[in-house]
Amino acid sequence: MSPIRVLIVDDEEPARSRLRELLEDCRAELPHSVAGEAANGVEGLRMVTASGAQVVLVDIHMPEMSGIEFARHLQVLERPPAVIFVTAHDQYAVEAFEVNALDYLTKPVRSARLLAALRKAASGARLERGVLEGIDPAPRRHFSVAERGRVTLVRVSDVIYLRAELKYVTLRTHDREHLVEESLSQIEQEFGGVFVRIHRNCLVARRLIRGFERGTETEGDAGWSVRLEGLDERLPVSRRQWAQVKALAGQG
Amino acid sequence: MGFFVHTKVQSIRQNHLPDALPDFRNLGVISRILLSVNVLALLVALARSREVGEFAARATEIAGSLEPVLLVVVLVLYAGSTLLERLAYLHGLLAVFAIVVAATAALFPLQSLLGGSGSWRELAWSLICAALGTGIVAWYFHLRNRAFSPAISEARLQALQARIRPHFLFNCLNAVLSLIRKDPKRAEGALEDLAELFRTVMADNRRLIALSDELSLCRQYLNLEQLRLGERLRVDWRLDPTADQALVPPMVLQPLVENAVYHGIEPGIAPGLIEVRIERRKDRLWLQLSNPYHADYQHRQGNHMALANIRERLQLHFDVEASLNTRIAGGRYEIDIAMPYRTSL
Repeated sequence: MSPIRVLIVDDEEPARSRLRELLEDCRAELPHSVAGEAANGVEGLRMVTASGAQVVLVDIHMPEMSGIEFARHLQVLERPPAVIFVTAHDQYAVEAFEVNALDYLTKPVRSARLLAALRKAASGARLERGVLEGIDPAPRRHFSVAERGRVTLVRVSDVIYLRAELKYVTLRTHDREHLVEESLSQIEQEFGGVFVRIHRNCLVARRLIRGFERGTETEGDAGWSVRLEGLDERLPVSRRQWAQVKALAGQG
Repeated sequence: MGFFVHTKVQSIRQNHLPDALPDFRNLGVISRILLSVNVLALLVALARSREVGEFAARATEIAGSLEPVLLVVVLVLYAGSTLLERLAYLHGLLAVFAIVVAATAALFPLQSLLGGSGSWRELAWSLICAALGTGIVAWYFHLRNRAFSPAISEARLQALQARIRPHFLFNCLNAVLSLIRKDPKRAEGALEDLAELFRTVMADNRRLIALSDELSLCRQYLNLEQLRLGERLRVDWRLDPTADQALVPPMVLQPLVENAVYHGIEPGIAPGLIEVRIERRKDRLWLQLSNPYHADYQHRQGNHMALANIRERLQLHFDVEASLNTRIAGGRYEIDIAMPYRTSL
């Protein structure tokens, strides 16, 4: 068996260096190599494919992107690495891990526990996508897209609108479009008031709504379309959503 | 920490605070004296009037002789409070009685000017009323002290539980472990800081301590946080050396500094600044603390518990003379605490 490649993601340098030491200690029993180190989730996702990591040790409690969100984004990859969560003290997360039989380590980490977790990860235990969403109900800060075998992140705040088309959802930002494998209603629910549904198949960023224009009456549409900042295109508002959209936009 | 808290519960319940005179310089105490004496006077007026119309006349009559005495007594107590505090409770109580009796007797001639008869009988009556009134007010403060002493213990208990997040302890131990092989000297220093921090947290926190002690506690805490957060944690101290000896409730700043790190520094990738400002203006002491505000991270728990706890302890120690305010301005979260500047109990 070739050595396992391990990626360490933690925002605190001493915590990373401690994990390195512990990995060193159990190298004799389980051959592995450290594929890289990242100080936050965004950096970690950038490194994960290039480093060829098979196992990621990730701290839960990090700025910018929690360890749970990091793990969720990993799941867009075709063959995501195994994830071992590390936490100092997060009662809520620990209980959720226990319930879902996910592997986690508590800080300070013991080398025996690390070894056991690595063995289990190497044996190919995989995460269920739905499980992670349940553990961290806080909205994500990014959408993730698998592109050429890598994870591309799109900041939620960069999204202008999302439109459902057949199997995928098209996610429109200022400079380009992405396809994500999610459902509009789930996104609507997760992000609360950030996106407003203007049509059965379309959500728009509420803070970008700049006004409404009266267009030609077409079947099913109210004859109104919405003007969004940073977008030349006008998006039609359905008759069903019109009253709600107008009210929401009015609140600013 | 659960273990320590548990063993301390019993010892706290057994110890009541010893009886003590109230702090006569405290606005809350002064207003309580004024209010309770006047309520008593109104009750006496009510008891002595046979019909409704008589009540107003009786009340005015009593107020005329009472208010000057009350005013003088309150002023003398205010001026003499430092001396009174040094006496044992019973001696202090006797001294207060003596002051009340002396003031009543000294101001008695004034009563005859205001239309009293000035007879010996009236003097005796006034003295008896004054002594009785003092007794009732003293009894009220005694009861109040009783009622609040478990509260002080309880507040301290909460302090023990709310202080020092487990999150901090485990991260800190982890950081120290990372130092042991590479830099044993620094690991030693860090463990010493940690021990000191816990010694203070577990100490009897009912008595006021010098501000300089509280500040060094904050420094030890921040040293430990610096260990794991490195460059991300920046602290700007603006201290007032004339305020070092001020007496403050123990753990009045450290939990707030801990909050500042937890809510203001940890959620950011870029370095963040915590500002601590101490200022003494005449007989007031101002403590100001600010940290970066991360609107997205407000779901992190724990902030309000520490604030409520500190607010409660400030109130127990200083009554209405202390205040704690928070606000969000210019992307920063700010806390202002004002309390009386005291250097002796």
